[in-house]
Amino acid sequence: MANLSDQLMALAVLTYLAAMVCYAGEYAFGRRSRIGKAANRPARQLVGAGAPVDAEVPADPVVTEPAAPEKPGRGEWAGRIAVALNVVALALHLGTLVTRGIAADRMPWGNMYEYIASAAFVGSAVFMGVLLRRPALRHLGLFSSLALVMLLGAAALVAYTPVGPLVPALHSYWFIVHVSTIIISSGIFLIGAVPAAMFLIKNGYDQGKRSFPYTLGKRVPTPAAALERLTFRLHAFAFPLFTFGALIAGPLWAEASWGRYWGWDPKEVWAFISWVVYAAYLHARATPSVKRTAATWIALLGFVTMLMNLFGVNLFFEGLHSYANAG
Amino acid sequence: MTVVEDRPATAEAPQPRRVNPLWALLRNSWRQLTSMRTALVLLFLLAVAAIPGSYFPQTSVNRERVSQYYTAHPDLAPWVARLGGFDVFASAWFAAIYLLLFTSLVGCVLPRLRDHARAMASMPPTAPKRLERLPQHAAASTRPEDPAAAAASLARTLRRKLFRTRVVPLPDGGFSVAAEKGYLKETGNLLFHFALLAVLIGVGFGHWYGWHGNRLLVTGADQGFCNTITQYDDSALGPRVDAGDLPKFCMRMTDFEATYQSTGQPKSFLASVEVKEGNGTYQPADFTVNDPLRLHHANVHLIGQGYAPILRYTDKYGVSQTKIVPFLPTDAMQTSTGVAQFPDVNIDPKTNQRDPKLQVGFEGVFLPTGSTDGSATSTFPAANNPMLYLAAYRGNLGLDVGKAGSVYALDRGQITNGELKKVSGERPYALKPGQTWTLDDGSKLEFVGTRQFATLSIRYDPTQTTVLAGAVLGLLGLMLSLFVHRRRVWFRVSPAEGPDTGGSVIEAGGLPRTDYPGFAAEFAALTRTDTDGGPPGHAEEGTP
Ligand code: HEM
Repeated sequence: MANLSDQLMALAVLTYLAAMVCYAGEYAFGRRSRIGKAANRPARQLVGAGAPVDAEVPADPVVTEPAAPEKPGRGEWAGRIAVALNVVALALHLGTLVTRGIAADRMPWGNMYEYIASAAFVGSAVFMGVLLRRPALRHLGLFSSLALVMLLGAAALVAYTPVGPLVPALHSYWFIVHVSTIIISSGIFLIGAVPAAMFLIKNGYDQGKRSFPYTLGKRVPTPAAALERLTFRLHAFAFPLFTFGALIAGPLWAEASWGRYWGWDPKEVWAFISWVVYAAYLHARATPSVKRTAATWIALLGFVTMLMNLFGVNLFFEGLHSYANAG
Repeated sequence: MTVVEDRPATAEAPQPRRVNPLWALLRNSWRQLTSMRTALVLLFLLAVAAIPGSYFPQTSVNRERVSQYYTAHPDLAPWVARLGGFDVFASAWFAAIYLLLFTSLVGCVLPRLRDHARAMASMPPTAPKRLERLPQHAAASTRPEDPAAAAASLARTLRRKLFRTRVVPLPDGGFSVAAEKGYLKETGNLLFHFALLAVLIGVGFGHWYGWHGNRLLVTGADQGFCNTITQYDDSALGPRVDAGDLPKFCMRMTDFEATYQSTGQPKSFLASVEVKEGNGTYQPADFTVNDPLRLHHANVHLIGQGYAPILRYTDKYGVSQTKIVPFLPTDAMQTSTGVAQFPDVNIDPKTNQRDPKLQVGFEGVFLPTGSTDGSATSTFPAANNPMLYLAAYRGNLGLDVGKAGSVYALDRGQITNGELKKVSGERPYALKPGQTWTLDDGSKLEFVGTRQFATLSIRYDPTQTTVLAGAVLGLLGLMLSLFVHRRRVWFRVSPAEGPDTGGSVIEAGGLPRTDYPGFAAEFAALTRTDTDGGPPGHAEEGTP
């Protein structure tokens, strides 16, 4: 079972990789007409421009597929195949976790490898959910699958741990509550970085920047404001969950286990840092005088702190959480 | 949310009055401090300031690693210490940041509390002139009722949907129906920020009035301890706690049970103890990892375990002493190191004088499961085949100098300066339980057996529950703040054209005051009218 899990993991990574290639194909061959049309659509939020100042961003810009029933071109096919592959990859990813859980006879959250794999799964699933509601966001798939391939690859390379039982310190209800909420919220934060980065690229492109990362914005059909709003909604959803997991359930468990609810162990320090940075993001976004681009950079900074917590802390520092140690 | 910064200065017409410059400076600094931008900067500083706390070992987390850092970086370490690098979260600069942040928070939140209270007490403003310029707009539609009835029916629907609603007659014989919903957003936001404050205060008080101590407890009635400072291996009392304030209890461990997987991974631990609280009698109790023993004003947590060999030393005069010496585990298989020191031996019965050059110490490793090939590490953490590998030393142990040394190793200084000499062979001597080792001077060491020990952390934090309550309330407020949306809708009900139609014309506008994607749908539902002109909101009443 453990071997099956490892093989499924390899397959999942490969399938994400294949999906990524197809997404890239859509990017490269996507017919200018389709993308151009969508991009030229007047951004709906301009409608509210005359409204009183305290209306922040009014209507919801629904980005629909262009209603052009012309024959799908090569790019369109690449895109469809990409989504199909992405679904398969998600299923394989789920299979990895389930077989791992069966092999270990517990939830697959006992060490860093399993933890990252689970968080990445949540991110992937959330992306699929978003795609279901907004098919036009498909072009983000290139970046989300890239992020997933890198996360899973890194997890398998540097954090791989053979299947094993939990140490007694992990036998606790709070283990399940704490770890599951943190995994879900981390997954959403991680995938939230994709629209955040795309917003910055697209916005830069719209403002005439033509150097490397911004050139990617050329083929992004979604209006920048919609990307920005998606970023915010993902973060606004993940933040309270993370607050609960890291700042309430975690301390409750730590109190029962180690006697103190908060002890500034490196893992705790970085959870605190991530929390403060994401709080700053929400603040910045609520402050009218702070530009949305600046706020979004803070969200990306939050992403970096999350990565630091997922990989860095386990590799560089030693703390009580070292059950999470790689290898 | 509404514009929070740049709150208009008090509206009094600024009379050209001489302002005390100091006062002006103070006022400006205060404004600056309580602006959202400052809050942002301070939040960042807080995040950045926390980073060294994960990079440098922290005294509060692991004292030993701090001393290791001193050994590894002898030049750098004093500087790090001077800058508070080993106690980041207790350092003055870290405190400066969060105190400023919280001052800013109070300065920011109090006026908002006042504004919100006012908003709660007032009614939504009447409809703006041009509803079509609002983000949501429903073109005029007609209704058969007269304006008063139509306005009343609209208001009823809105109130049922928990909108705060106000109906105002207009000069043209029509009515303005103004409604607002989502006040809980701001309430939640305020609750969140006040809860943060409560958490900070709670943490502070917990630090002042809490205490903790660590104690290594060996099984057996002869090894119990009572809750006094001197009985702890190390302890820390909050600044407002006296040694006399510790709650009275005594404890002895009757049994310690550990089970392991075949790989040696621990499966479960259980400490069985007898506790006497206050002037009561000893009562049995059990506790384990993750499930502490909760006493009155003290919680006992199991944080580690190991073995204590029992050693009987019989000196050359035939006098014997028994010691139970905990050996500290160094790996997952419980290979443990330790020392047994016998300073008061070899006392000449004639002179009754202790010869400080004839003290005896043994140092070495304990293996709960020694392997037959005689390797120096344990192969399993349970005591399946206990083995001791010891070296014997004789001379001055250096215990009398009053220098604080480790109780788990011999004084290296005494060995280097030749005061303490190794008197056993090159290789450590192997002992199994029941075996006796006779030294060169005829004295004997018997390995009597082993006992288990548990490392306990005993703590009390009086504000733990307050902090938890603060955190939970804060989370509640945060969710309200993030997921409730503040929005306004207006209906303008005007009499229909023509003298005797008696009907009314209704126009509607809507304004989401925060980013609210669902508003268009809500607005559409509110303004939907049946073809036969039923009251709006009628249509969806039947639908779930
Ligand atoms: C201890 C530090 C602080 C933390 C962790 C914190 C956290 C947060 C978070 C997470 C939000 C988002 C909730 C929402 O969007 O409604 C928020 C909102 C807000 N905070 Fe803070 N805050 C802190 C200090 C401050 C300070 C010092 C101020 C005032 C200068 C302030 C003013 C505000 C305001 C006005 C909002 C409302 C944003 C909105 O309009 O939605 N906060 N805060």
